[in-house]
Amino acid sequence: MKHVLVIGGGVAGMEASVRLSQMGYAVSIVEQSDKLGGKLNRWHSLSPDNSNASDLLGKLKSQIHQGIHKHLNTEVLSVIKNKLHFVVGLSDGTDLKTDAILVSTGFDVFDAQKKEEYGYGIYDNVITSADLEQIFRDEDELKTTSGTAPKRIGIIHCVGSRDEKAGHTYCSQVCCITAVKQAIEIKEHLPDSEVFCFYMDLRMFGRKFEDIYRDAQVKHGIQFIRGRLSEAFENPDGSVMLKAEDTLLGKPLKMNVDKVILMVGMIASAKTKKIKELLNLQIEDDGFYSIADTHYESTKSSVPGIFVAGACTGPKTIENTINDARAAAIQISEYLKQ
Amino acid sequence: MAKDFGYTISCDRQIDFDKLSRSMYLEVKKAEPSVDACISCGTCAATCTAGQFTDFSLRKFILLLRRGDSLSVIQSIDKCMLCGKCQLVCPMGVNTRGLIYSIQVISRRIECRNRRVVNKM
Amino acid sequence: MKLEGKKTLWKEYQKEIASDNYFYARSCIRQNFFPASETTFLRVLREELGKTIHEDARHTTCTGIVYHSDLVTIETTMTVIARQFSLMTQSGYLNYVASCITSFGLYTEILDMWEHFPEMEQKAREMLWKATKREFEKPKSLAHASDIIYKFRNEIAAKSKYKLINLNTGQPLKVVEHIGCHYSKMFPHKGIGGAEYPYVLVGMIEAFGGEVVDYPERRHCCGFGFRQYIVKANRGFSIASSRKKFESMTPYKPDFILTNCPGCPYFLDRWQYAISEMEGITYGENGHGIPVLTYEELTGIVLGYNPWDLGLQTHQVAVEPLLDKIGIPYDLSQKYLGSDGEFIGKPEKPSVLKVY
Repeated sequence: MKHVLVIGGGVAGMEASVRLSQMGYAVSIVEQSDKLGGKLNRWHSLSPDNSNASDLLGKLKSQIHQGIHKHLNTEVLSVIKNKLHFVVGLSDGTDLKTDAILVSTGFDVFDAQKKEEYGYGIYDNVITSADLEQIFRDEDELKTTSGTAPKRIGIIHCVGSRDEKAGHTYCSQVCCITAVKQAIEIKEHLPDSEVFCFYMDLRMFGRKFEDIYRDAQVKHGIQFIRGRLSEAFENPDGSVMLKAEDTLLGKPLKMNVDKVILMVGMIASAKTKKIKELLNLQIEDDGFYSIADTHYESTKSSVPGIFVAGACTGPKTIENTINDARAAAIQISEYLKQ
Repeated sequence: MAKDFGYTISCDRQIDFDKLSRSMYLEVKKAEPSVDACISCGTCAATCTAGQFTDFSLRKFILLLRRGDSLSVIQSIDKCMLCGKCQLVCPMGVNTRGLIYSIQVISRRIECRNRRVVNKM
Repeated sequence: MKLEGKKTLWKEYQKEIASDNYFYARSCIRQNFFPASETTFLRVLREELGKTIHEDARHTTCTGIVYHSDLVTIETTMTVIARQFSLMTQSGYLNYVASCITSFGLYTEILDMWEHFPEMEQKAREMLWKATKREFEKPKSLAHASDIIYKFRNEIAAKSKYKLINLNTGQPLKVVEHIGCHYSKMFPHKGIGGAEYPYVLVGMIEAFGGEVVDYPERRHCCGFGFRQYIVKANRGFSIASSRKKFESMTPYKPDFILTNCPGCPYFLDRWQYAISEMEGITYGENGHGIPVLTYEELTGIVLGYNPWDLGLQTHQVAVEPLLDKIGIPYDLSQKYLGSDGEFIGKPEKPSVLKVY
């Protein structure tokens, strides 16, 4: 029985493992943390259907059967390539012989503190989209640090994305729809609040995304201001002054809000950089893994026998990550049959 | 008596959102709820007869109302000839002709209100 | 506001500042605007800290004012700067200290340009040679004079006679700081604390016992901007910039404004007078303005120097209320006497702004 090692037990790693196992391969997953599921563990609900992240996580987990070997809290320490297989040393003491490797090292959330002028970690009422998901997940209410319900909330798109200064010139794909999703959720929790989204472009590329955007405006009264946040400042009462240009009016604008939500983008994970060295993989300027062919072989890496899936090859929705994982399973199977 | 140094203090161009009132937008929205669907694409302004010769731009007026600058809208809203072409081109289904008409009606109401205040003084 | 967050950032923006043997270049305008500041700096370094600091009377403008008014080319600017460096080299120094923020910014910019375009450095060397038969070494360290005071802030605090404490309330004085734009906005890593939350003046205020107040328009330019002031027609835009800052800081009731640039204290001080005359508005307590200090004046104040030796009588906004708060004695009969005891003239009384 041929063996596949999956590095990274997030959405892509889990889904690919299940599919490869169904195809009759022996599968081991190496996961650095103490549980499978990756970033999905920290998310509350998913666009475009507002389904629970935990439901999807449950579905993915339920398929991970006993036959799939899990190495949790484990790192890959060494990889040696022989003619026919790879010999992999793991931090839990295991030495594995594997016929193929799937790298699914995912993404890291952009560290919002790098956008110094937005005051994350400095101003009391500035949080990130990831923090907000955690609040919703814990069934907490969105509150200001003084304990009151925020009357006005500013949502800032493209934090760490499309930003050369932040080192990430690409679009993170999911933040626009996440912003609109979170804006609606806020309005549902706090119907009397005003919610403003500050955006450069709204990238509503997915099915139903545009409908949700329309609903946000028409049904929920969420307002969209085309202009990127230039800087934020804390007022004496803890509210935050935002400065942006209203680019459609051609005038600078300032607005005080009680809470700021920064839509943090996806960046190549620290793990991706580490594994790249161990496996001699290539990465591109954006930090994500190179793939053999954008259209036709999106899950094949630059090294034979090593495959890549999910957000380690660039920002992706969960839908696309799962499809990517399945595509990788097929591509690995084709490789192993050769 | 203010001293004249040969220059004046420039007016602030910045939209100070907290100092402006959006009450006229709310009135307009009540009369024509479809205004909320506007995404500022500018199709209406591109096709507008009045816009070719005056500063009339429905896209801009909606934004001005949303930010709270009602005065600029009140001053220019009558330049529309109510031809209806904007409604034909709007991709979001905004009832633009009804919207302009509502803005005109509300503008007159506000102007009357202001005049009454002036007369009282 | 979470101070811890700022501290994390401050750690990322530290720079090497030489500890002795400085070559000092004065500012073109400060000697007129705040005539005792540079003298005070030299006095503090030599007498209080025992440092060696050298000046060369042959040094000129860095061209900053004309450079930012689009009147000279970059070639002229870099050759003049090359000449300044050659004076430093000739006197055997390596640590260049600029009194002016714009000079500091311009030196930084030129050194950075030479690093990226070595052919420009070569060109500067050739032009300097042709014009003056001079050669130069680039400075080993480049600092703004406020960096030096910052570096020795704790030594100065240890020698200080006064703390930034309100005598009546026992509370620390509330201070707003304003950094010259060219200190770190162009090159954040060349400024202590970076560009978004600069620490250079904050560190001094903390060391001297005051409390720093961060206010929404802190990052806004004072409005000097060279041609914006120099061209009279543009002055409305300059004064409006200062007004924006005053309106933003007033709710915090600051006891004074601390600055590190030649232009900023001048404009923040004088525009308060102009605004009071044009609009009848004052921003300080009881019809006074908010006093504006240079960091050298502040250093002199805490060290107990005579306020009139610090040139505080040349300020438009009266500094006396601040001196009263700290408990610093001053003799009003000496205010308008020069160092030789001769009467130096007295300004006309403003019609709105209260003065002593």
